Amino acid sequence: MTESFAANRLQSSGAYALELDGVARHFGALVALSGINMRIAAGERRAVLGSNGAGKTTLFNAVTGDFLPTSGRIRFFGEDITDLPPHERIRRGLRRTYQISQLFKGLSVLDSIFLACRGVSRRRFSLLRPAITDVNMVQAESILNAVHLEAYRDTLVATLSHGQQRQLEIALALAGAPRFILFDEPAAGLSPTERRDLVAILNALPKHIGYIIIEHDLDVALRVSEYVSMMHNGRLFKEGTPQEIEADPEVQEIYLGGKHG
Amino acid sequence: MSLAIATNVTPQQNWLERLGAGHIILAVALVLYPLVASDFFLTQIGGYSLIFGMLGLSLMLLAGYGGMVSLAQITVAGIAAYAIAILGSNNSNVLGFGWPWWLAVPFALLSAALASALIGWISVRTEGIYTIMITLAIATATYYFAQQNYAIFNGHSGYAGIRAPAFWGIGWRDARPFYYLCLGLAVLSYAAVLYGSRSTFGMTLQAIRDNPRRMRALGYHVTAHKVFAWALAGIIAGLAGVLLVWFNGRVSPGTIGVDAAIDVLIIAVIGGLRHPIGPFLGAVVVVLMQTFAIDIVGAERFNTLIGMVFLVIVFVSPDGILGLWGRIKPHLAQESLRPGQ
Repeated sequence: MTESFAANRLQSSGAYALELDGVARHFGALVALSGINMRIAAGERRAVLGSNGAGKTTLFNAVTGDFLPTSGRIRFFGEDITDLPPHERIRRGLRRTYQISQLFKGLSVLDSIFLACRGVSRRRFSLLRPAITDVNMVQAESILNAVHLEAYRDTLVATLSHGQQRQLEIALALAGAPRFILFDEPAAGLSPTERRDLVAILNALPKHIGYIIIEHDLDVALRVSEYVSMMHNGRLFKEGTPQEIEADPEVQEIYLGGKHG
Repeated sequence: MSLAIATNVTPQQNWLERLGAGHIILAVALVLYPLVASDFFLTQIGGYSLIFGMLGLSLMLLAGYGGMVSLAQITVAGIAAYAIAILGSNNSNVLGFGWPWWLAVPFALLSAALASALIGWISVRTEGIYTIMITLAIATATYYFAQQNYAIFNGHSGYAGIRAPAFWGIGWRDARPFYYLCLGLAVLSYAAVLYGSRSTFGMTLQAIRDNPRRMRALGYHVTAHKVFAWALAGIIAGLAGVLLVWFNGRVSPGTIGVDAAIDVLIIAVIGGLRHPIGPFLGAVVVVLMQTFAIDIVGAERFNTLIGMVFLVIVFVSPDGILGLWGRIKPHLAQESLRPGQ
């Protein structure tokens, strides 16, 4: 079932951004992921839904290389990246954000974004101070504007509000010409206004940038994704358009608890 | 004080501006110090404080910016000192290639940097207290190895008869030239670290300290950056080692013992790890105490006094003397309008 949905879309879009073949991850006796097959076309925007413990974040960690899958292969734009360390995957255009913000509390907002740009560029070991005209500094300034953090350019990250930290999370993932981004609950803890901003930022991304977004809020997921994959107990069990998923009685029973519909 | 009135500066600018005035006053005082100091105060207090300040600075670079607390900085300095003894001249009749200082010093610094990078490469797999433990193990192992190895380290007697260079008509082991030599290299190291803290690499190091996982997710090879930081810290510690062996004229396992390793940590913690000036402040306090505590409480108890002062400073201010200054300053500058502090 999973395969057929992906196959339909392949005909129109060409190459896959991300392919997972039988990816599994065990933690001792616990099976966190099991037999995940996924094909995501370049530029596609996919939501992954599922209750807590369904394996969504584990899936992200396997793709970014935070840990290796127990079995299965992962390909990124056709290249097998299963055994690559995280930084090598990032340099190939993969990015992610974290469910709980993973930021640099001792740095300023601009410096954080600058490092994100420099991470996939040259001169990472430079002992010189970056000039304001440095290409990565200029990129950082423009990303700063894109996520509406220009007023906090020189603010220490530790002093940002939760919503601003979530925006910075996204800024770090946008740095350095990404090709595919994994968003791990970017709307978590945001106010309704901030959620609207988030949806606007995601929809304003260049069309060639595909992503997977883990999102509990179906309202957000519906507005920023074309297809939805449902996870349950470490498995993918249903895929479809947001409308199909929302209307599916099985989905409502397991995940939505009958609240929607 | 006038600069404290500016309200629209960021904390970093404010910090640097304040240091601008402070730096000038400090530099003038340090340059004029030989006019009032005896030879004893020039070398035993001044020179020693600067040397141990540099050792503390190498630790501050790793611990303050990189979050890696090392007890092996004296070991790295010792490797440079041994390299000077072995590559240059000594009177032990074991090894001694008789190289001139300008050839021996770069090789000594290179040895220190490589040794430090190796120690770093071994210890960056660990975090927090385990880094302290593994570097302590390396420091202790090196100490015992040096003591028992006669082919390279000449056992527990080590090497003696090492001479500081003499050029430009100056004997650099003489009190005043030696003080200025220490001052020059200390200022150089200090300025390099201060400048480097805002360099690309300095920022990556601080970001790795704050969140190594995120740095990997931004495309950084975290281990490589940490090991490079160890190599840079090794150069500073190596410089201190060269000065130490020139001043003492000898190097033995006692130079790199666990006592000395802990002294470096105490210096850095007493002074404060948040700014490169901290280790130098700590070094002055510790060197003064180690020199004069005996006069105050006698040979039996002087370590107790040092330990108590350490406890009091850390108890009152976890950030060391730097932290104390941060607390006293607002009371001194009553017109301070600094936001958010």
